[in-house]
Amino acid sequence: MEDLITSILTITIRAGTSLLYATLGEIYTERSGVLNLGVEGTMMVGAATAFAVAYHSDNIWLGLLAALLVGGLMALIHAFLTISLRADQVVSGLAITLFGTGLASFMGQRLGPGGTTMVGLQGPAFQRIPLPVLGDLPVVGPSVFTQDVLTYFLYLLVPVLWFYLYKTRFGLHLRAVGENPQAADVMGVNVTTTRYAYTIFGGVLMGMAGAHLSLGYLKGWADNITGGRGWIAIALVIFAMWDPIRAVIGAVLFGGINALQFRMQAAGTTIPASFLNMTPYFFTILVLVMITWWEVVRKRVGAPAALGIPYVREEKR
Amino acid sequence: MRKRIGILLALVVVLSLVLAACKQAAPETEVPTEAPTEAPTEEMPAEEPLKVAFIYIGQPGDLGWTYEHDRGRKMLEEELGDQVETIVVMDVPEGPDAEKAIRDVVQQGAKVVFATSFGYMDPMLTVAQEFPDVYFEHCSGYKTADNMATYFGRMYQPRYLSGLVAGSMTEANFIGYVAAHPIPEVIRGINAFTLGVRQVNPDAEVHVVWTNTWYDPVKEREAAEALLDEGADIIAQHQDTTEPQKAAQERGKLSIGYDSDMRQFVGDTVLTSPVWNWGVYYVKTVQDVLNGTWVTHQYWGGMADGVVALAELSPMVPDDVKQLVDQEEEKILSGEWDVFCGPIYDQNGELKVPEGECMSDADMLSMDWFVQGVVGTIPTQ
Repeated sequence: MEDLITSILTITIRAGTSLLYATLGEIYTERSGVLNLGVEGTMMVGAATAFAVAYHSDNIWLGLLAALLVGGLMALIHAFLTISLRADQVVSGLAITLFGTGLASFMGQRLGPGGTTMVGLQGPAFQRIPLPVLGDLPVVGPSVFTQDVLTYFLYLLVPVLWFYLYKTRFGLHLRAVGENPQAADVMGVNVTTTRYAYTIFGGVLMGMAGAHLSLGYLKGWADNITGGRGWIAIALVIFAMWDPIRAVIGAVLFGGINALQFRMQAAGTTIPASFLNMTPYFFTILVLVMITWWEVVRKRVGAPAALGIPYVREEKR
Repeated sequence: MRKRIGILLALVVVLSLVLAACKQAAPETEVPTEAPTEAPTEEMPAEEPLKVAFIYIGQPGDLGWTYEHDRGRKMLEEELGDQVETIVVMDVPEGPDAEKAIRDVVQQGAKVVFATSFGYMDPMLTVAQEFPDVYFEHCSGYKTADNMATYFGRMYQPRYLSGLVAGSMTEANFIGYVAAHPIPEVIRGINAFTLGVRQVNPDAEVHVVWTNTWYDPVKEREAAEALLDEGADIIAQHQDTTEPQKAAQERGKLSIGYDSDMRQFVGDTVLTSPVWNWGVYYVKTVQDVLNGTWVTHQYWGGMADGVVALAELSPMVPDDVKQLVDQEEEKILSGEWDVFCGPIYDQNGELKVPEGECMSDADMLSMDWFVQGVVGTIPTQ
């Protein structure tokens, strides 16, 4: 039983890591009033870049850095289109995903040695290292405290992001811009700069999510590596009600159900696996239905009031 | 006004990106677009190469399913040289998009079209009815027309042989099987594999985990890890990528590949792989078209035809196991015996195929039960 809990916990956390990075990125983006549906594409390009750079430079940190840069760059495109040009955020986000998916696939075909495919290559990877002392604890030692560096960083990042959002002046500015940009503007907060900054920051985290897939979880590149996890992250944002701590619960639930149902099948239990299999997607659909009732539930779920609305100074709403 | 310009700009960006994405899926060969000529194929002048199109669900970079079809295409080009010219369309989703892709290649002058995924069946039939002078070949389906045939392979034969290897080499008597969708093709593979395992090791069990996807590297890995955590020491699979093999190797465990010889991509811990060899069929079929002897058919080739095979065994496999595999392979190749010949019992111990009898092709193609030794359920029931 102890082994079972340990191994399920291990897989849950590993599967949840990239999901949580992407979700946190989207939470910060949306908190500033920008909806970025480009998560899937940004993650995919992040994963491809991370692996390509790490493979050719044989330096995993360089690969990670490149993924963060590219993630930020992808978000910058979205920010420019939606904040400066005030293009439709949904359309621009979808464009980013289409573009990213195609670009990543193209990179996968061409960025291997001598312009060949990257599939099947083995490059440097983040290994799971037990933490001193904590790693010796029963159950949580070999699971929670035997993970890779990116997961450990996430343990620190979540409380920091929460604290920043709710307890600092900058966090207040961020929330104000997402809730009521006019008021924020009057307060002297630069709405455009704020939105740019957090959209790009969100993209950096999405790039990180992709890097974890190709450098930590799969340790290699595969076409369509994200497999729709970017979309689940968008659903998780609503599931988490735009709160970094609650996002952890969502990521653990989504990562954990998969691990659990595979494990139950492997053990040969007769509980219908298809039921558990559909649970994460059932939640996703449920959450997406809630989006449709946006106006109705907005207040209750706490979406930033100005989410998806471009801000134009002195323009009546 | 500025807002509208912004939207317009975004739309332009979307369009250009979509086009850029489509371009990738566009045919590799430059072919002038023109309506297909009325001339009957058999009288085509020799200097004009026969255009043969391939519709892929993914990219050859999967190192699995599409990789093997593309290897077959290359063999076709090699064997028939100047007589053929191939067109490739990659990443074609199943459904209405497939119809468009198939019609496109026909309009580019393709005289033979190979569609390599089950979901292309209905779209292909629709297009086949519009172009009676073009030959359509659909992989793994069951619908045919005067100018549309189906082709597939008896993968269960090499799968049985790979089961012999796994059964001989498991120490835990616990073999994990990462399986895609609960359809007869996959069930047949699991059963054949298990029959092989139990032939040499009646105590071993094959535990099945369904991923409900053909292609998802992350899920395939997670399923394999769940099996390894539960105690499996060999991982077999029916998926499109090498992830289950990599997961097993990282834990120091063994595996059996599928589709392609995965040992060359992962290493010697992949003991062997049941593999496709489509080139054999592609050459034969296109030759038939060139000779004017093509007639509609439902091809289900076995090891004797060469369309399916067992990849070379890893050096980790002991000699006595190699001899056993060779011996059983000989029985299949000579046609004296086949995998689904009795006695075969199902999971509940009920006799399904009595001794001295063999299952008919129709029964094999609609298989919806597990043999004794499989641990797992078929969700559709």
